Amino acid sequence: MKRNYRLAWVILSGACLLVWLPLLLMAGAALMPEDELYWRYLSPLGLGRDRVRAALIPSYLSAEALEELLIRSPGFFVMFWNSCIQVIPMTAGQFLIAAPAAWALARFRFPGRGQLFGLYVLLMVLPFQVTQVSNYLVLDRLKILDSHLAMILPGIWSTLPVYIMAKSFEGIPDALVEAAYLDGAGERDTFLRIGLPLGYPGIATALMLSFVDGWNALEQPVTYLKDKSLWPISLYLPDIAKDKAAVAFAAAFITCLLPILVYLNCQEELEQGVAASGLKQ
Amino acid sequence: MEEGVDGAGVRQSRKKERGRRKRRMIPWIFLTPSLAGVAVFHGIPFLDVVRRSFQDVMGVRFLGLANYRAVWGNGAFRLAAVNTFRFLAVCIPTLLTVSLGLALLLTAVSRGTGRAPSRGDCGQKSQGFWHQKTTGQASCLGGNGRDGAVRTTMVLPMAVPAASMVLIWKIFLCPEGVLNQVLAAVTGEPWSVDWAFSGYAFPVLVLTYLWKHTGYDMILWAAGLAGIPEEYYEAARMDGAGVWARLRYITFPQLGGTFRLVGILSVVNSFRVYREAYLLAGSYPDSSIYLIPHLFAHWFLNLDVQKMTAAAVMMTAVFLAQASLLWLWGRRRRREGRGSV
Repeated sequence: MKRNYRLAWVILSGACLLVWLPLLLMAGAALMPEDELYWRYLSPLGLGRDRVRAALIPSYLSAEALEELLIRSPGFFVMFWNSCIQVIPMTAGQFLIAAPAAWALARFRFPGRGQLFGLYVLLMVLPFQVTQVSNYLVLDRLKILDSHLAMILPGIWSTLPVYIMAKSFEGIPDALVEAAYLDGAGERDTFLRIGLPLGYPGIATALMLSFVDGWNALEQPVTYLKDKSLWPISLYLPDIAKDKAAVAFAAAFITCLLPILVYLNCQEELEQGVAASGLKQ
Repeated sequence: MEEGVDGAGVRQSRKKERGRRKRRMIPWIFLTPSLAGVAVFHGIPFLDVVRRSFQDVMGVRFLGLANYRAVWGNGAFRLAAVNTFRFLAVCIPTLLTVSLGLALLLTAVSRGTGRAPSRGDCGQKSQGFWHQKTTGQASCLGGNGRDGAVRTTMVLPMAVPAASMVLIWKIFLCPEGVLNQVLAAVTGEPWSVDWAFSGYAFPVLVLTYLWKHTGYDMILWAAGLAGIPEEYYEAARMDGAGVWARLRYITFPQLGGTFRLVGILSVVNSFRVYREAYLLAGSYPDSSIYLIPHLFAHWFLNLDVQKMTAAAVMMTAVFLAQASLLWLWGRRRRREGRGSV
């Protein structure tokens, strides 16, 4: 028995190593002095055909690239704020709109519920490209193309958060909700006092996934934002100029810091979030 | 006298009727904000797609199935559809299997070393990243020590933006990159494959997808596994059931709900692989990873509305057909009393 566990640990550690290796490589490259960067990574940066000399640890630590990026690159700064302006209202809006809808879909039995839930799931599974043209036309008619709203509004009514929140509301034991009704709590109070606290992990999970997805958005800004001054940070690297290539790794590193911090801070909710739904048969 | 009683009864029943109607309205009150926005931003656009798929570019003349015929006869569409289907058919089963395997290992290890208590004796304090949190059941799954470290590590890739990751993958995949160097060291011959642009692009894309999503799916499976009461396994062990029998008759049937959830989320995520494909190999990648999103991106640039809409309707039809098959299968299983799947 003991030996089996050792083998399991070896496999799990191997998987973790596969995760850590590229991430450490990124962190190392972000803290590398510029000349070393050019010596090691000319080819991946698209500047030349030299042999890659990968290294986890730089010869000495240098904040050159980070400084260049954070202090002397106004473009990066603007894009960082664009991302915040687009993603934070989007997730906040999702909380206000999706949570009640998910509560209704998960806890009430009414005619049309099944079909409605199916429709939401279908909309969620359909890739962005399917409704790209029509979405574009709608945003055009609403006169919000080429503005932050073009990123925020369609995002708020994405149906994935509704699905995830509904899954976690479904996991709340019926007895608790019924007890609240028996104690004379109204529908609103039951939702606010029972639903939100007990469904919290699922809500947090949904918002976190939306946050990260919005932070990584690629198709939407390219389609909806012609004005480059509105572009989010996710388009900094794809659009990076050749003479800025030295800061590419630093940009890659900084871009993923915020989502990773959000993830780590809410890890428990992430694990608990949709877990309950799988358990209730 | 009798009239009065009747009148009161009628009033009572009217009141009840009004109350019932009010109760019937309640879910719709919760739903309205969401429904309204979904209709404007998803529902109406989608109906518009359906309408346009039968019309000419300007959306005036009715063309019947001409657009569909044009799409169906389009070589690029066939290539993209086949590739996308192949990608899903390879990725999703692999992803589900690998992540379930890891979750089983993780659960066995944490149960075996007594680190993660099963549901029921929860409520100890657990360590958040920034601050101490006292949580109820959360701590059961969170675990601590080594298996906590594994969980934390494995969810990281989900958070890393595609653009950041692609830069790192290039270190490995470019012709002068690490992968070729390792292969050269192993085989003793020089290697100079451009992994992202050659016929190897497909497995490379599959691997980046797996790298990104295995961890979160593992967490979901592990949560499902944690919900299976330990007593089931003990009873089975008493009856002399081996490892495989326990998996086959306890674990898998109990994971039905988790399976559905992980499966749906994997499909949703699989189309996002376009980000990696595009950033790694550009708009005109190797023909083996030319996917539906690539095709739509080209059509969108050419303002080829007719083809886009017809293809979109066809894709939706495929999704609907699959969903209804799954639903029918689930219903049959429920009818036969084998639990919901």
